Amino acid sequence: MTLANRDDVDVMRGETAGRPLAGRSLGARVIVLVPYLWLAAFFLVPFLIVVKISLSQITMTQPPYAPLFDAAAGWEGFKAFLAALSLNNYEILAADTLYLEAYLKSLEVAAISTAMLLVLGYPTAYGIARAPRRLQAALVMLVILPFWTSFLIRVYAWINILQHDGLLNQVIVALHLADHPLTWLSTDTAVFIGIVYSYFPFMVLPLYSTLERMDTALFEAAADLGCPPWKTFWVVTLPLSRPGIVAGVLLCFIPIVGEFVIPDLLGGSSTVMIGQTLWTEFFANRDWPTASAVAIVLLALLVVPIVIYQHQQLRELERGR
Amino acid sequence: MEASNYFIPPTASASSGSTHRSARAAQVPLVQFQAVSKRYGQLPAVEALTLDIYQGEFFALLGPSGCGKTTLLRLLAGFERPTAGRILLDRQDLGDTPPHRRPVNMMFQSYALFPHLTVERNVAFGLKQEGMPKNDIARRVAELLALVRLERYAGRKPDQLSGGERQRVALARSLAKRPRVLLLDEPMAALDKKLRQDTQFELMELQAKLGTTFLIVTHDQDEAMTVANRIAVMEHGRIAQVGPPVEIYERPNSRYVADFIGEVNIIEGRVVSTTLERALIVSDSGGHLTTTPGVNLAPGAVTWVALRPEKLRITADPPRQAPENLFVGTVGEIGYLGNMSVYKVRLDSGQVWKAAVANTTRHADRPIVIGERVWVSFDCDATIVLTR
Repeated sequence: MTLANRDDVDVMRGETAGRPLAGRSLGARVIVLVPYLWLAAFFLVPFLIVVKISLSQITMTQPPYAPLFDAAAGWEGFKAFLAALSLNNYEILAADTLYLEAYLKSLEVAAISTAMLLVLGYPTAYGIARAPRRLQAALVMLVILPFWTSFLIRVYAWINILQHDGLLNQVIVALHLADHPLTWLSTDTAVFIGIVYSYFPFMVLPLYSTLERMDTALFEAAADLGCPPWKTFWVVTLPLSRPGIVAGVLLCFIPIVGEFVIPDLLGGSSTVMIGQTLWTEFFANRDWPTASAVAIVLLALLVVPIVIYQHQQLRELERGR
Repeated sequence: MEASNYFIPPTASASSGSTHRSARAAQVPLVQFQAVSKRYGQLPAVEALTLDIYQGEFFALLGPSGCGKTTLLRLLAGFERPTAGRILLDRQDLGDTPPHRRPVNMMFQSYALFPHLTVERNVAFGLKQEGMPKNDIARRVAELLALVRLERYAGRKPDQLSGGERQRVALARSLAKRPRVLLLDEPMAALDKKLRQDTQFELMELQAKLGTTFLIVTHDQDEAMTVANRIAVMEHGRIAQVGPPVEIYERPNSRYVADFIGEVNIIEGRVVSTTLERALIVSDSGGHLTTTPGVNLAPGAVTWVALRPEKLRITADPPRQAPENLFVGTVGEIGYLGNMSVYKVRLDSGQVWKAAVANTTRHADRPIVIGERVWVSFDCDATIVLTR
């Protein structure tokens, strides 16, 4: 009996893990092809163009880089085109510490703010998931609600709150926490406040969805087996919310590394993140090749966490099956 | 209708049940529910319920969903607090003792295995909480896995196991700490019928081997009858009847219990004349039944006579020796179940009775067919007289 069951399970495994396309009809293959074509047209091709620009030289023409591929010149033209490509821009990135500092600063800001988001987001998500079921939808709505207005307007609102005679300083002075207004705007603190505020839902929502799905019988089972509530959190709740933590952390960390608007509007000259450097190269210096190289290196930096995230999502999907 | 509805508990368990009881008289119950009530808001789940469970019993709480049986189990585990009344374990009031300090363990209906831990670590979970030394834990876990025959699966995660295997991990985990009482919440609800029956017998063997007190909650009367040596039938948060399976089946104290356990024909009537040994009851449709009441009946009182289908005899010819109860009717439907056949007989009085006849031979000389006139007879001590 039991052995038969075992085999059933194994057969099911084999089916889901084994042959991805074998035995599918032509129609099914065409349908699978559609998203690949979409990705090729709108992601892969633009990406390759950026790669190509990053290997080109800056010129004062329109477009502002050379060489351009001239199809009329034929094979010889193509060879000349390839010969003109160089890694020069990447050498510039490596040589000038400005870029390295901007990358490191971006990673640092992303790491610190993601940690703060996790510390604030986990209890929030936990609280919502443990709230009475009829309140949960309303609480989730409260987290999402700010998204219904423009992101830019919300960041400008923070300028208003953080400025010298802004709301925050008025409250601080009124409560006698300090006898004179403090400087908030154009500091790292302002950048962290802005980032944590803006990315909060991206941390809370995946955590909430993991915590909310958790079978409450597991907590009862832990208690039943002699585990006090605080310990149950460490040995059951936290390990089981790992998928939510990974999703939340990466969903915040990845875009924060490339964040441009928040450090630009709230930060000062000390907080130069890679997004700002990129913007300056593209729009102020009109140096498309260097800007493209900056973008490619940024992408390479983020590939590792993105792959981790994808891997995690895949495992979740398989578990849910 | 299932053939097993007619499963008659072996007399062995009946006698062991009653000897237990006499020996138990002087014994202090292991678990005592004393006038326990539990209300959710205004909704009562358990009402002033009093029940004693003794050391070594395999005790079943049986009832339809919503009767409060699971609540009672959760009250003992400590997941719920009684609104009124006390629960004693080993004479100690459990009072506000939180679940993690109660010496009882529960096997959950969903099994509630920790998905992030291997089979081995699931079973070890409770022992680790006790602070048992590592070597002792390893030994105990190996012992438990051998007990449920899962040695080969120690390193697997729950999602790599079949339903039956998960059930056995849950069982091993709940037994690991040697609980004073093992609580089983519908432990076999997720198993298919064949596996369920095998598991029931394994559970009985296990209980006999360990001597641990088992308290099982189930809505499946066959399961309760099979595994338990005492059953409490519950209805709307109260106990309708407590007793060994044979007593519940053969001497139900109410129409509710008679109807809930097994198949039964219930005939409403009035008492015509009565002594303690014999009562003549006239049914509403005019037939007369001779019964052995076993209780004092007042002439004229409304009573119900319960008749188990397997205790009726049906014959194509009038019985040679006139039995105490004899009726004539026409066969309406026949349900062939293999081991037995169920006949629905419409009596001349208009009532429809079910009669179950064991198919003891492969080919009956002359089978009874639909539409045939038949004689229905039964002994007067086959009747159960109910006053409520």
